[in-house]
Amino acid sequence: MTTTAPAAYQHLEPRLRAALPGGVDYATVRFSETRAEYLAVRQGVAQPTSTSVDAGAMITVWSGGGVGYAATSDLTDSGLRAAAEQATRWAATTAGRTVADTPPTIEEVGSYQSPVTDPWDQTTLTDRLELLVEADAALDVDQRIVDRMAALRRTDVDSLILTTGGGRIEQLTRNTFPYMYATANSGALTQTRTYGRNANVGQGGREVLDRFGFNRRAAEIGHEAIELLEAANCPTGTMDAVLAPDQMILQIHESIGHPLELDRILGDERNYAGTSFVTLDMFGSYRYGSDLLNVTFDPDMEGQIASYRFDDEGTPASKQFLIRNGVLERPLGGTISQARASAQGLAVDGVANSRACSWNRPPIDRMANINVEPGTDTFDDLIAGVESGVFLQTNNSWSIDDSRNKFQFSCEYGRLITDGELGPVVRNPSYRGISATFWRSLSGVGDPSTSQALGTPNCGKGEPNQVISTGHASPVCRFSSIDVFGGAQ
Amino acid sequence: MSDVQTYFSELVTWANSRLSGDEILTCYLAGEDSNFVRFNRNLIRQAGSVSQRRLSLDLIAGTRHAAGSLQLSQDQQMDRAAVASMIESLREQRRAMPDDPYLAVSTDNPSTFDADPDTDHDPATVIDEIQTVAKGRDLVGIYADGAVYHGFASSLGQRNWYQSDTFNFDWSFYLHGDKAVKNSYGGRHWDSAAFTAKVGAASHQLDSLARPALDLQPGRYRTYLSPTAVQQLLQIVSWGGFGLKAHRTKQTPLLRMAADGAGLHPSVNLTEDTAGGTGPNFQEQGFVRPDQVTLIEGGNLADQLVSPRSSKEYGVPTNGASNFEQPMATAMTTGSLSSATVLDELGTGLLVGNLWYLNFSDKAACRTTGMTRFATFWVEDGEVVAPANVMRFDDTIYNLLGDKLVGLTDERETLLDAGTYGGRSTASTRLPGALVDDMAFTL
Repeated sequence: MTTTAPAAYQHLEPRLRAALPGGVDYATVRFSETRAEYLAVRQGVAQPTSTSVDAGAMITVWSGGGVGYAATSDLTDSGLRAAAEQATRWAATTAGRTVADTPPTIEEVGSYQSPVTDPWDQTTLTDRLELLVEADAALDVDQRIVDRMAALRRTDVDSLILTTGGGRIEQLTRNTFPYMYATANSGALTQTRTYGRNANVGQGGREVLDRFGFNRRAAEIGHEAIELLEAANCPTGTMDAVLAPDQMILQIHESIGHPLELDRILGDERNYAGTSFVTLDMFGSYRYGSDLLNVTFDPDMEGQIASYRFDDEGTPASKQFLIRNGVLERPLGGTISQARASAQGLAVDGVANSRACSWNRPPIDRMANINVEPGTDTFDDLIAGVESGVFLQTNNSWSIDDSRNKFQFSCEYGRLITDGELGPVVRNPSYRGISATFWRSLSGVGDPSTSQALGTPNCGKGEPNQVISTGHASPVCRFSSIDVFGGAQ
Repeated sequence: MSDVQTYFSELVTWANSRLSGDEILTCYLAGEDSNFVRFNRNLIRQAGSVSQRRLSLDLIAGTRHAAGSLQLSQDQQMDRAAVASMIESLREQRRAMPDDPYLAVSTDNPSTFDADPDTDHDPATVIDEIQTVAKGRDLVGIYADGAVYHGFASSLGQRNWYQSDTFNFDWSFYLHGDKAVKNSYGGRHWDSAAFTAKVGAASHQLDSLARPALDLQPGRYRTYLSPTAVQQLLQIVSWGGFGLKAHRTKQTPLLRMAADGAGLHPSVNLTEDTAGGTGPNFQEQGFVRPDQVTLIEGGNLADQLVSPRSSKEYGVPTNGASNFEQPMATAMTTGSLSSATVLDELGTGLLVGNLWYLNFSDKAACRTTGMTRFATFWVEDGEVVAPANVMRFDDTIYNLLGDKLVGLTDERETLLDAGTYGGRSTASTRLPGALVDDMAFTL
């Protein structure tokens, strides 16, 4: 996988610009090229390597109160011209019958590039395979490990947006997604322990693996799978739940991130991903959580998976508080959604979060990096404050209703907490609650030493469907009086 | 032969001329020319077209290989240059790869051809009709139409082609809040009368949602699961439930059936019915699927879906499963419950139109959790009393389709997958409804 994008742009950019149609109110062309490599070693056997190049362009046209897009992998002059004509026809077809008829005119010129200190391109394929061979071998700690794998996916994403308003946004993102698991079995009982599920991801090169202790964790994961096989089922009852960062990311994602997406609040997702219990009139006054809850949209966090300088409509992005001291401040809504909310008489400030998963899908409101700001408690403080509870690590299962309220999450690995002390490991630790009240039970927020900047690479949403990476940084957090339970056996 | 098939064939023939020595090249094309129109409140949220052609290559020599993919521009000169570059890159990668003991190459599968004739979709007219028929309603959803292409070609001579040209309108009518009726209408040719009839039926159901909703307490309820709800249940079980690799590595959610003698109700018979489905009958490496694979027979495990790779790893003949070994055309046999009088059979309990966001709460025990969604009603003595607010269930498949299964309906529905992740799905299911005693609801 080589980084040839700048040279490619030199050749492509004049043709992309020439494809922007004249005689319309506003138009954009968004080119993206994703170069990816996936490597895996499973039970000592290198799996088929896979590399890919996915390049194409979407042309969007606003004209006469209508809007339409056309996306094509045909990047010839004639292919781009045909796409522009098709988008223009769509704009004519939709004129006067759309939910939004005002374009997010962008005149910005700017760029972004992921910070990379140890580029993958300076390693060989043999180097990368050897890394995985060693990790896969280290997972194999016991005869009861019946399956194991170490994998590495990395993507280089280059995007270029040009607008008829003079805008030019170029962003080069370098992402690394390492993964490992070990599965242990005894009879009808199977337990799997992973490397943070898919959470240990970030922008950067090989340093991302060091950031999350890839080499060190392999043997630990194997041993923890065996521990789980021998552990008791998590007890059932109302107790305190202390959530590790690799569970907090799902809690944030499902019960803060999605409910605050402005397009959901406006109803766009009701046929698929769902609506939201949050309504427009709640911003500025609704108590979402306890005073300890501070949540930000932070596209500036270096190395986090969804950092960027501009969203895919070209709007400049900056850190904003979504929830401050427990009170809801602003939704996750891009320029178009903000205009739609304003047209309904409920103006809200949003963020620059209109994102597309690739060239072949139009931007929609998305989470980017949605982070819980650290508090002041050390990890020991958080545990010491629990009389009876469980420390839950690594999300294993997630389910929530279509209004993002009633949820149930399970984790891979739990430890009982009794009288302020961490106790034995338990398997299948799970809990359930309701978003609208759950965050009000937040009784302790860890300090920066407990915080990790993680992510979820597979967030699905939208019609047509899109999968995108979102980032979530969080300290360890404690919740009081939660409905906790274990598995069926 | 369509233009796309001709283009693919010519490009592959040229690519094969670039091979040297004992190299084998397999090519897989996944493409579409689709229109998408997204609606909210009976207005258009987004409308546009997507044209894409993803070509995947696997360059093989002996037991070493390397795979890659690229988007075709549909310009022979550009694409030949890109393919040549990728072949060179794969050749270089292959040198660094160790032998692959589980490499499976299609050598004795037949060439096949299955293509719909082109259909002249007219999305502008359809939009007019949708907005007119749904006037005054809060309609939200996605209309998609156009051609979907899947093709396989091997330098050994095998050729397979699948091409569909359909539409699918997946939509909901909302009354207020989360109270809505979900519906879909798909096929080859848009039929105004058929669509209007579906709108009429949905409008009638919407009237029932206008009654004050009930908050049910957690507990166990006699429940009728519509075919769509059954589909959601089977979809979660399909995450490893029927694949050979998941079974051999003990990660299947049906582990208790495999290791502990557990079973489902004797009336449960499940097949991967490729012949009755709507997708291609071949997979990415060119292995052709049999018409049917029996997955569950009389409530007991039968065959597994076996990918070519698993076939090599575990020494079991492949049945042309994809690498993920998940069903693409699940079919369940019908039962004896009358679909026409299912409310009478339910008596008093929950009528569940859809389930949503299912996941495992204990995978090894096949205990699943999820939510009710869309049209779900409380029924007393066979009469709909009120819509029910959303409830979370948490129960095992051994209860829902096992000990607690009262029966399956005597009719089944064909459900087309409206999924569009990466491209438009060609998956489908044919399922009956299920009446269950004492389904566990927890929140």
